[in-house]
Amino acid sequence: MNPNNYYTKEQEKVISITGLYKSFHELAVLKGIDLELFKGENMAVLGKSGSGKSVLIKLIVGLLKPDKGEVIVLNKQVDKLNPQELDALRLRIGFSFQSSALYDSMSIRQNLEFPLKMNRKNLGKKEIDNAVEEVLDSVGLKDKLNQMPADLSGGQRKRIGIARTLILKPEIMLYDEPTSGLDPITSIEINELINEVQQQYNTSSIIITHDLTCAKETCNRIAMLFDGKFLKVGMFDEVFDSEDEQIQSFFKYNFIQ
Amino acid sequence: MQKTNLKKYIFSKGVDQYFADVYKASLFIVRFFKEAVRPPFHIREIINHCFEIGLKSLPLITLTGFIIGIVFTKQSRPALEDFGATALLPSLIGIAIVKAMGALVTALICAGKVGSGIGAELGSMKVTEQIEAMEVSAINPFKYLVVTRVIATAISVPVLALYCSLVAMLGSYVNVNANEATSFITFIQNAFSTIQFLDIFTSVTKSILFGLTIGLVGCYKGYNATQGTRGVGKAANQAVVLAMFLVFIEEMIVVQVYNWIRLY
Ligand SMILES: Nc1ncnc2c1ncn2[C@@H]1O[C@H](COP(=O)(O)OP(=O)(O)O)[C@@H](O)[C@H]1O
Ligand SMILES: [Mg+2]
Repeated sequence: MNPNNYYTKEQEKVISITGLYKSFHELAVLKGIDLELFKGENMAVLGKSGSGKSVLIKLIVGLLKPDKGEVIVLNKQVDKLNPQELDALRLRIGFSFQSSALYDSMSIRQNLEFPLKMNRKNLGKKEIDNAVEEVLDSVGLKDKLNQMPADLSGGQRKRIGIARTLILKPEIMLYDEPTSGLDPITSIEINELINEVQQQYNTSSIIITHDLTCAKETCNRIAMLFDGKFLKVGMFDEVFDSEDEQIQSFFKYNFIQ
Repeated sequence: MQKTNLKKYIFSKGVDQYFADVYKASLFIVRFFKEAVRPPFHIREIINHCFEIGLKSLPLITLTGFIIGIVFTKQSRPALEDFGATALLPSLIGIAIVKAMGALVTALICAGKVGSGIGAELGSMKVTEQIEAMEVSAINPFKYLVVTRVIATAISVPVLALYCSLVAMLGSYVNVNANEATSFITFIQNAFSTIQFLDIFTSVTKSILFGLTIGLVGCYKGYNATQGTRGVGKAANQAVVLAMFLVFIEEMIVVQVYNWIRLY
């Protein structure tokens, strides 16, 4: 991690969340979250499974509605937008799903073309082909163009999922557990990919994970989500050295794994 | 004492859940009609689904229709023979098939084949986050997945029902020709002598209703699938059961309305 990347208060905020609450029936998942993501920054959100990490990023893209609190993304309050405005905002955000969420009835090419064809109706065939080639190149899977998602490995599916979001040239990337279920070597490759994407596409990212290596390799700052709140937000070492018992046990448990 | 309270509690909770489900389903139906009339229409997607639904069900419907035609004719003959009225066979079969059997049999086959297919397909898209993936790419999944499929079933089922009726008549003709040596022309003339325009019209309207039902039920169950892969199987299964049940209820209602229209 490069300390020079550490944010300063003057930097432009791309995501700003204040006092965010979300529950499902009686289950309170998020209980007062505050978060700021600065332009060009990668931030990891760490937490046990079931702690509400996915819920948090789904709130950011408006897949869920907050019970209370503000979610402001690229200067828009997400839950106040009408459907057209929300769609316009979503085009500026890339969302990489935990399960990759490739459309299994479509080939890789169709998967990548789909968001473009549906959203940029004025593009010609040549432009679409070029865009597909470019993103496939970015994720290093040029030879898979005509295969079906079922033919790919877990790591390759993750890459295609990321490529599919890159094709719309997002300003913000949200990764939901990009390395979960992958072997260590593939995980390292995905970490590298996340860093390349940040540089090549100039994105700001939130990376949801419980993989410490991933957080350390890809992120400027990390936030510890625990019991619906952020226990600690800061640079990796800062959080790692924290005296807090719960944070310590989280790190201990993860390293034993 | 406490036991009855518990029973009451469980019962009232069940009733609450039932009405909540009915409410949710009606919202789904209303949303379908609202979104169906708003562009974009994804015409190509609708045509694709029509072909897929049609081709998928064609062999089964051909076979079933033909057999029903033969069996129905065979079974009706002895009753008519007693009155020496076998000449009435074609018109009897014509009425039975065009008014009732064609649409009903097609709807049941489609509920089984198409309804479960849609339920499973959308269900697996739901539990693997593909539907959410569309949403975050600013694509309206309801329009792209649900509206296109429901319109496709509403178009395909009536076409298949007409086709089924024709094949069944053909089956009937084969049997009548073998036994009574009736010519094809006579058979057709007899068969259609008693069928009125209102009969065909009702049959087609009914089939459109069945098609809408099969599509809507399949999509609703799939779109609301939960609990991973188990939920997919459940969605497919429930789609078939509910669609068949509703088809019978609708058949009953349509018959009532039809008789009422004929009276006035
Ligand atoms: N749509 C939903 N409806 C009901 N409960 C949900 C929903 N989404 C998530 N939850 C619950 O919220 C909690 C947090 O889920 P999630 O954010 O997926 O955890 P994770 O941190 O592992 O990503 C879980 O207990 C989950 O059951
Ligand atoms: Mg999660």
